[in-house]
Amino acid sequence: MHAFQYHRPTSSKEAIGLAGQKAEGRYLAGGQSLVQAMKLRLSSPSDLIDLGTIKELAGVKVSGSAVEIGAMTRHAEVAASAEVKRAIPSLAAMAGMIGDRQVRHMGTIGGSLANNDPAADYPAAVLALNATVTTNKRKIGADQYFKGLYETALEPSELITAVSFQVPKRGAYMKFKNPASRFALVGVFVADFGSGNVRVGVTGAGPSAFRQTEMEKALSAKFAPEAVAAIKVKPDGLNNDLHASPEYRAHLITVMCKRAVEQALK
Amino acid sequence: MSVRVSMKVNGKPVSADIEERTLLVSFIRENLRLTGTHVGCDTAQCGACTVHLNGKAIKSCSIVAMQAEGADILTIEAVAHPDGTLHPMQAAFKENHGLQCGFCTPGMVMNALDFASSHPNPSEQEVRESLEGNLCRCTGYHNIVKSIMAGARAMAAAK
Repeated sequence: MHAFQYHRPTSSKEAIGLAGQKAEGRYLAGGQSLVQAMKLRLSSPSDLIDLGTIKELAGVKVSGSAVEIGAMTRHAEVAASAEVKRAIPSLAAMAGMIGDRQVRHMGTIGGSLANNDPAADYPAAVLALNATVTTNKRKIGADQYFKGLYETALEPSELITAVSFQVPKRGAYMKFKNPASRFALVGVFVADFGSGNVRVGVTGAGPSAFRQTEMEKALSAKFAPEAVAAIKVKPDGLNNDLHASPEYRAHLITVMCKRAVEQALK
Repeated sequence: MSVRVSMKVNGKPVSADIEERTLLVSFIRENLRLTGTHVGCDTAQCGACTVHLNGKAIKSCSIVAMQAEGADILTIEAVAHPDGTLHPMQAAFKENHGLQCGFCTPGMVMNALDFASSHPNPSEQEVRESLEGNLCRCTGYHNIVKSIMAGARAMAAAK
């Protein structure tokens, strides 16, 4: 790991101020991706601005039609939150599937979304649950947030403060795990908001999470596994690596979507 | 550049001047000479470096020591009774042959302790899921699963 300067601000304001002064600085959330990337020298920030002690960034708020999760809320906290389980059980279940127990104790929603790993789980939920990403500067809609491989709409030094998810009538997340890394080879989040409004978020399959609009249309007409069973997803533009071909990933999108709908109907 | 880090490890306050880039596991092993916490893969997969940070199992190779500033850390060295009597979870690993070479064992035990504190009578499936972040290259996991199920019940019975 290359050397860096470490900062420990106690408020978002102080953190944002520091980030503005350090051109090569990075925010440090839980560190579950960033610290590993730094060890491999894939990332070498001049400064790390640790958000770990900023209390205002953590916590869950439920208000009728939305669940707001603070950026520094750990995956394990979302998975165990009675409020999230009541309002959006599929979101709590998804948080409980991220990484492993130890990673879930450190990793945060803000860190995951700022990193935008192509196989991360949260992006599928953000798209399916039509979430809004709140930063220190603005509110970014789910459809405007993900820009590409590890790329987001965030500007330098812009800080995610919270993510607000819309409460669906029902939903579920299903992922096909890479048998070694346990990352999502393909993960599909299905959310039914009622009156013909269904959203489908897909992660792991492409360079960045995306919505599967053909399946959304089919499920909006009829929310049942057989509605998507015959949909053949085109492999164009999907990831091709030693773990799976684009054709295999395309096939898995249909299979995982079907299973997610089955789960949502249970 | 160096920075002052202070935390509580196994109940004792410790502090040292370290480089900012020092990982928590390096601080524990090299500064504190507590070498029961192991480094296996060094890439967040194997869990041999698992310790408790404020009561929660985490991978100490995946955070810098400064992230644990002011925290309470528990390592495998403080799990047994001071007179050497094994903790019920450690005893369960011994009784159920839950280890062969023993390299992964400290991480297995630290993760199992945290898991068992919220799962007093876990099913085999729950235990297997709880081990997603720990790799063992000897046992095939079967006896580790048995150990953790027995250890969790023993911990619940001792309460």
